[in-house]
Amino acid sequence: MTAHEIVSKIKSKKLSAEELISQALKKAKIVQEKYNAFITIDDKAINKAKELDTKISNGEELGLLAGVPVVVKDNICSKDLRTTAGSKILETFIPPYNATVVERLEAAGAIVIAKANMDEFGMGSSNENSAYGIAKNPWDSSRVPGGSSGGSAIAVATGVVPFALGTDTGGSVRQPASFTGTIGFKPTYGQLSRFGVVAYASSLDQVGVIARSSQDLALAMEAMSSHDKNDSTSIKNTNLEFLKSVASKKDLTSIKIGLIKELCNEGNSDDVLGILQETQKQLEGLGASVETVSLENVRYGIASYYLVAPAEASSNLARYDGMIYSNRVGENSEGQIDIMMKTRGELFGPEVRKRILMGSYALSAGYYDAFYGKALKVRKLIANDFARAFESYDFLMTPTTPSVAYKIGEKTDDPLAMYLDDIDTVLANLVGIPAISLPMGQSKDNLPIGIQFFAPALKDETLLQLSNIIEQNSTNFAPIVKI
Amino acid sequence: MYETVIGLEVHLALSTNSKMFCSCPAESQKNEANTASCPVCLGLPGSLPTINEHAVEKGIMFSLALDCQVPKRTQFHRKHYYYPDQPKNYQISQYDHPVGEHGKLSLSNGRQIGITRCHLEEDAGRLVHPSYVDYSLVDVNRAGTALIEMVTEPEIESSDEAREFLRKIRAIAQALGISDANPEEGKMRADVNISLRKAGEELGTKVEIKNLNSFKSVQRSIEFEIKRQTRILEDGGKIRQDTMGWDDGGQKTYLMRTKEGEADYSYMPEPDLPPLIISQEQIKQIKAKTPELPDSKLARYLELKIKEQDAKQIAIDLHISKFFDEVSTSYSGNSQTIANWLTGDIAGYLNNNQLKIQETKLSPQNLRKLLELIDSKTISGKVAKDILEDVINGHDPAKLVEERALGQISDNSAIIAIAQKVIDDNPELVERVRANPKAINALLGLVMRESKGKANPELVRKTLQDILA
Repeated sequence: MTAHEIVSKIKSKKLSAEELISQALKKAKIVQEKYNAFITIDDKAINKAKELDTKISNGEELGLLAGVPVVVKDNICSKDLRTTAGSKILETFIPPYNATVVERLEAAGAIVIAKANMDEFGMGSSNENSAYGIAKNPWDSSRVPGGSSGGSAIAVATGVVPFALGTDTGGSVRQPASFTGTIGFKPTYGQLSRFGVVAYASSLDQVGVIARSSQDLALAMEAMSSHDKNDSTSIKNTNLEFLKSVASKKDLTSIKIGLIKELCNEGNSDDVLGILQETQKQLEGLGASVETVSLENVRYGIASYYLVAPAEASSNLARYDGMIYSNRVGENSEGQIDIMMKTRGELFGPEVRKRILMGSYALSAGYYDAFYGKALKVRKLIANDFARAFESYDFLMTPTTPSVAYKIGEKTDDPLAMYLDDIDTVLANLVGIPAISLPMGQSKDNLPIGIQFFAPALKDETLLQLSNIIEQNSTNFAPIVKI
Repeated sequence: MYETVIGLEVHLALSTNSKMFCSCPAESQKNEANTASCPVCLGLPGSLPTINEHAVEKGIMFSLALDCQVPKRTQFHRKHYYYPDQPKNYQISQYDHPVGEHGKLSLSNGRQIGITRCHLEEDAGRLVHPSYVDYSLVDVNRAGTALIEMVTEPEIESSDEAREFLRKIRAIAQALGISDANPEEGKMRADVNISLRKAGEELGTKVEIKNLNSFKSVQRSIEFEIKRQTRILEDGGKIRQDTMGWDDGGQKTYLMRTKEGEADYSYMPEPDLPPLIISQEQIKQIKAKTPELPDSKLARYLELKIKEQDAKQIAIDLHISKFFDEVSTSYSGNSQTIANWLTGDIAGYLNNNQLKIQETKLSPQNLRKLLELIDSKTISGKVAKDILEDVINGHDPAKLVEERALGQISDNSAIIAIAQKVIDDNPELVERVRANPKAINALLGLVMRESKGKANPELVRKTLQDILA
C-alpha cells in the first residue's frame, strides 16, 4: 500500500492503525531476519497506533500521515528510542528529544516502527561499515544494499513501509535507492531541518526520503518541510506546496535536460549506459529535449568532497569522548586523556577513525589553505558550473552510480574504488542543490539501475513532478521486492 | 634598561539572559550543578546552535565604544581542543571575521592603546575536584554562556598602564550594561602577554600569563615578570616563549606549558551558523541606544568645574555617576558640593562598610535635601555629617531634623546669650583671643558645642567678634 492508500483507509475506518502497525512490525521482523535492515525495532509503536485509533473513534482531526508506518535512519534522533548512528560509541544513547523531522512526521500522524541500519555515522556507501552488522540487498542478498542509508532503502524496497527517512551527505539516500530500485530524494540544503540529525559533515548533510511513489514522496515532504528556528541553516519562507504541485503536469513539453558529458562516459558499466540511453529516449518521448552539456569541474568533485566531509566529520565527532553521555572505555584512575583516547580508539570503527584522521590532517595549522581551504574553492567552482548550466537547462542528469549493487566484500579492500562510486552523487551535496534518483530499469542480472536528476536550488518541487510524470508513464515502477 | 611591552586579552562575561547559542539561563553558576543544560549546551548528537541576538548586539555596542570598525559580515568558527568541561570538544568562537577590529582606548597620560579585535564566543563548563576520590566532576551550567574577548596591540608599557586600562574597560562595560565586569565573580578575566626589549630594538620573545582574575594580580604578575625577564636577559640568557600561570599565594608566575605543548586549534568555519550580516541600520540603532561612556561623563563633569580628581572618581563608577547626575539635575547649588560629599564622607562610609552605593538605601532625593538643609542654613555641616549615616540608611533628612530638633539657631538673642556665657566662663581664652584674633576659633568651638552644633557658625563668629570688640 502507498501512504496515500493507508491514510485513506485509516480515515475511512476500513483499517485500524493497530492492525496496520502490527502487520508492519511483523514484516519488519521478517525483513530484519533476512537482510538485517534495522538496528532497533520499536514494539512500543503499537501503543501509538492504539492512541491513534482512540483519536479516530473520538472523531478527532487527523494529520496528513495518519497511521502511516515509517522507518527512520538511526542517525536521526527519536525521543526515548535508542539512536546509535550505526556506532558502538552511541550504543546506549537514548535521545531526550526528537529531531525536527521526526517531530513533524509524528505530528502528522506517522508512526515510527524502526530505526534503520546504516554505515557508522553515515560514512560508507555499502552499509558494510555498520557496527550492527552488514545489511543485505533484497534483490540479491549476496550484494550490498548501498549506503549509508541502506536499512531505510531495504525497508521501502521490501514494502515494510511506504517511505523511510535517510540522510544524504554525498549520496547516501540516492545511491541505496538506486541499488534497491526505489526513489531517493535529496532536497535543497536547508529544505529539511537538520536539528536532531547526528552530524557527519554539517555543510553537506541533508535529510532525504526514500519512497516507491512520487506522490508519497510529496506527502512526506509536505509534512516535514518548513522553516525550523532550531536550525540556523534552515531555509526561510520557501512555502513549497509539494502535494499540490506533484501531479500538476502530465508531460515534459518544453523541458530541457542536460546530460553531463563528463559523467556519462565509459566510466560507467554497459548496463548503466544502456539504461541511460533508454531513459533519454523515454524523456524525449514525453516531450523533453535532451542534450549533452559539459561541466568541466565536476571531475574534482570527489577530491573536494573527501576533504570537506572528513574535515567537518573530525570536528563533529570530537564530542564522542566518553565524558558526558557516550559509552566509556577505561578506568577513572587512568585520567581523562587516556579514557578519551581508549574510548575513541575502541568504539569508533576503522572507516570512522580513518576519516577523522584525514579530516584532522586537512584542518591542522599550516595545511588548512592547501586542503580544506582549496576544497572549498573547488566547491565554489563546481557550483558555478552548475549555475551556468541551469541557465540553459531545467534539469541535469547522470547515472546515480557507475554500476549496479556489488557483492558484499567486493570493494572493502579498495577504499578508493568505493569512494569513486560517489562521483555522481556528491555533486548535489557540494553545490547544495536538490537531486533525485529514479529507478529507470534493470541490468542483465535483474539488478536495479537508478538515473539521477539535478534541479536548481529551491526547485525541489520540479524534481517530484518529473518523477511523477515518469512514474505515471512506466510499468512496474519501483516494485516491492518479494521476500 | 629594558622597555616593557604588554598586550592584554580580556574576557568579559556578557550579561545576557540566556546562553550564547541556546535558551538555557545564563546566570546559573550558583544553582545546583548541571541544572541549566539542554541538548545544545550539552553537545548532544544532532543538536544545533542558534545565535543569541542580544549577545551580538552587546558585542557590537562594546566594539563601537572601543572605536572598533564593525564589519558588514561577521562569522563564527570552531576552535578545537579536548577538555572534559567542553562538551563538544570545540568552542564556538570567532576567527578571521570578528565583530570588531582596529579600535583604540586612551589612557589618562594621553597614550592611546590599540584594540586589535573584539570577538564573541562561548564559555566552557567547570570541573569540580572532590577530595580523596579518583574522579572529577563536570558542571555544565556555565558551558555555552556568552563571552566577549578583547585583544590589545602590544602597546601597554607598564603595570600601572595595564591596571588603568583594565579599570577603564570595566567602567565602559558597566556603563554600557554589557557585562558586570566583576573579576571577583569571574565576570572579567585577563591574560597578559609581556616581553622586554632595549629601546629601539625589535619586539622580544613574549611570555603569556593566563587567567588572571583580579586587577592586582595583573599588576603584580607583570611586575614579577619584568624582574624575572630582566634577570635572565642581563645574565645573557634568552626568554622562552612559555605560557605561565600566576601563583597568588606565592606571588610569582609559574610555568604552565612550553610552546611545543601548545594546541593546534584547527580553526574551521562553523557550518551550523551562516555568517551574520550587520546592516548600517542596525549599527545606527545600537548607537542610538548606547549609554553615555565614562570619558564623556568626565568631560561633562570637568565642564561643571568639578575638581579633576573628583570628576574622575565619579565618572569611572557607573552607579556613583548615575547618582551624581540624578542629584545634579534637581539641585540648584554648587556641583562641587555634591562631588565633595560623594567622594568624601559618603565614599568613606561605603569604604568602611564594604558597601557599594547601589547597595544602600541612600537616594539622590535625600542627598539633595541634606545639601539644601545646609544651604538654607537650617543645619550646619557638622549636623549634616552627624546624620549622614541615617540618611544613607534611608531616612529623610528633613524629617530627622524635625524629629530631633536639629534646626540651626539663627536667632540672634539666643546666640548672644550662649556666647556671653562662654566668654564669662573662659576668661583665659578670651585673653588669648584678644592677643591673637585668630584664636577666636577656640571660643567658636565652645559655643557650637554648647548649642549642640545647632548654632549658625557664621552668626556665632560675628557675635563673638562684636562682644569682644
